[in-house]
Amino acid sequence: MSAVDKVASEAPPVEAVPKRSMTLGTGASLLMLALLIIGPMFVKNFIVFQLTMLLIYALAVLALNILTGGSGQFSLGQSAFYAVGAYTSAILMEHFGVNYALTLPVAGLICFGFGFLFGQPALRLSGIYLALATFALAVAMPQLLKLGVFEHWTGGVQGLVVTKPDAPFGLPISQDRWLYYFTLTIAIGIYIASVNLLKSRSGRAFMAIRDNEIAASAMGVDVALYKTLAFGVSAGITGVAGGLGAIAVQFVAPDGYTITLAISLFLGMVVGGVGWLPGSIVGSAFIIFVPNIAEGISKGLSGAVFGVLLFLVIFLVPHGARQVAIVAQQMLGKLTKG
Amino acid sequence: MRFIQLRLGAFSAAVAMLAATSSGALAQKKYDTGASDTEIKIGNIMPYSGPASAYGVIGKTEEAYFKKINAEGGINGRKINFISYDDAYSPPKTVEQARKLVESDEVLFIFNPLGTPPNSAIQKYLNSKKVPQLFVATGATKWNDPKDFPWTMGWQPNYQSETQIYAKYILKEKPNAKIGVLYQNDDYGKDYLKGLKDGLGAKAASMIVMEESYEVSQPTIDSHIVKLKSSGADVFMNITTPKFAAQAIKKNMEIGWKPLHFLNNVSASIGSVMKPAGFENGQDIISSAYLKDTSDPQWKNDAGMKAFDEFLTKYFPEGNRIDASVMYGYTVAQGLVHVLKACGDNLTRENVMKQAASIKDLELGGLLPGIKVNTSATDFAPISQVQLIRFKGETWERFGEILGADATN
Repeated sequence: MSAVDKVASEAPPVEAVPKRSMTLGTGASLLMLALLIIGPMFVKNFIVFQLTMLLIYALAVLALNILTGGSGQFSLGQSAFYAVGAYTSAILMEHFGVNYALTLPVAGLICFGFGFLFGQPALRLSGIYLALATFALAVAMPQLLKLGVFEHWTGGVQGLVVTKPDAPFGLPISQDRWLYYFTLTIAIGIYIASVNLLKSRSGRAFMAIRDNEIAASAMGVDVALYKTLAFGVSAGITGVAGGLGAIAVQFVAPDGYTITLAISLFLGMVVGGVGWLPGSIVGSAFIIFVPNIAEGISKGLSGAVFGVLLFLVIFLVPHGARQVAIVAQQMLGKLTKG
Repeated sequence: MRFIQLRLGAFSAAVAMLAATSSGALAQKKYDTGASDTEIKIGNIMPYSGPASAYGVIGKTEEAYFKKINAEGGINGRKINFISYDDAYSPPKTVEQARKLVESDEVLFIFNPLGTPPNSAIQKYLNSKKVPQLFVATGATKWNDPKDFPWTMGWQPNYQSETQIYAKYILKEKPNAKIGVLYQNDDYGKDYLKGLKDGLGAKAASMIVMEESYEVSQPTIDSHIVKLKSSGADVFMNITTPKFAAQAIKKNMEIGWKPLHFLNNVSASIGSVMKPAGFENGQDIISSAYLKDTSDPQWKNDAGMKAFDEFLTKYFPEGNRIDASVMYGYTVAQGLVHVLKACGDNLTRENVMKQAASIKDLELGGLLPGIKVNTSATDFAPISQVQLIRFKGETWERFGEILGADATN
């Protein structure tokens, strides 16, 4: 009985999701897109701001989805990458006067590098051990940001205040609306790129690793490279989300990027459906709006109410929004036939 | 039927005329979003969940106090509608909640939001929207900045001025002291340390013989105390939160270290520090205070304390009397009621700030005798006075004059 047998007989940590079902049909995609474009025109600035945060967290959940749903690796450290992205954007904007739009690719690249490097030691770990290693990263990050050495740049515990950008070319729309459409454009771009990535050769390699590492390497997939690559891509997208988050919230501080954020993102991924990219936005909506609903029901017991709601979701629809979507599709199919 | 309609018409015409004539007399009634003839909407943000949730009781106390005000007829006939949200001490969430309060609930102003990072996150937003961020619940020094942030105002004495006062005392009473400092490694601890160094001035480097820091997550600080004793320090600057403060006092006695002991105001509580540490171990510790300690027997027959107890039994029976946060919330809510009463019928955001910045010698039941709230257009630090206290027997004995922060600057 060798170690190889043991690994091979172990069930894969993430249930296999066929490639086609990782995305949404064309009709549904267009409908969703139209909603996201037209919806914010008729609501208050505050709701536009919430929708912007919805898109930003959706990006971060999507990034985790590529890592977990795509390549089958767990991460509880996404808040660390999000923080690095946020701080990169904030420092570039406030200390160097760089245009906000230009800080995002930089944030993405730095986080990609950071994630890729972190992926190296993580290669030796898998499943729950990897989750713990990334957990350590998330716990360490807020304290690292407080370190006196970086204080000149990070502002220490006081954080950094970021200036919100105005709409360019004198467009007659408010800052919030402009930021929303700016975020939406980036989010759509990243979504399309992610869908294509998972459909590509690299995406197939990710999924092969997810389903069975040994079989994948037997087929000639460079397991080490693709695993770290998945980490890098995921961290990069999270970094862009973090940068956008810093611009939207106009403030970065260590307390904003604690382990709670990482767990929220993980929660969003599970609620949205692991491995189902469109579910990211549903998961994001869950982590933004459900705590508010819970607080509305009972202020003193908001945590408990949130727990009950979460439990209901996991119990009734264990595969998250994906399951709901599939059921809806089947019912629609029956209706059109009948 | 027609007759009735006619009469109704005539009646409404009369009402319209009445309104037209009386509007002249009521010209002073001015409102911004969030205020009306019947209601004043106030927003608040508290960490009801998360790492700082122990402070959530401040929000609950304030809610209870406004319930009392409403039950007694409100402020100039207007009821207070207090909307308090949870931000879990996370700045991005604070921004979301602040925007919700301002743009969706449309409050007149935001009152007493808690914590330095959360308040930093919303300061710029509220100032650009010209919505008052009134009486913030943090001891950081930066809130008194009316020139750059005319819509933000602090409340309690700041941390730096407190250690400046200790420094002044040391320079006067014990000029050759060797000071050992123990502080919590975060913004609160560092702010205190900075005040001490500023207060000692050029002598700071030679007088402070050891600086020890601890993390909140540590179970005990015993080893730090042993280290501080071995440094030969004869003055102990104890900048710790209640749990650690009690440990330090006990450990000092255990290892027989008897320095001149300064304890920061954060932990100057009889109920949660001095009693658990043992009264006999805490004799002669020096601290400072601006609020009455609810567990101190000397206030038993004090009028302010009696009013506080009455409020607790009638409107907030679930409140823990010896929790200093309850007294804090009670006092700051009283301060706000004073400002709103002063606003009269002119409830604009501008007038709220104007009245908040013109408090003169206001005395509140929870403040130590002689300590007064004062503000002006250039002074956005409402409470800047404290008094030194020394622990004797089972109570804090006040000594010396009321000390103002201005005197130490």
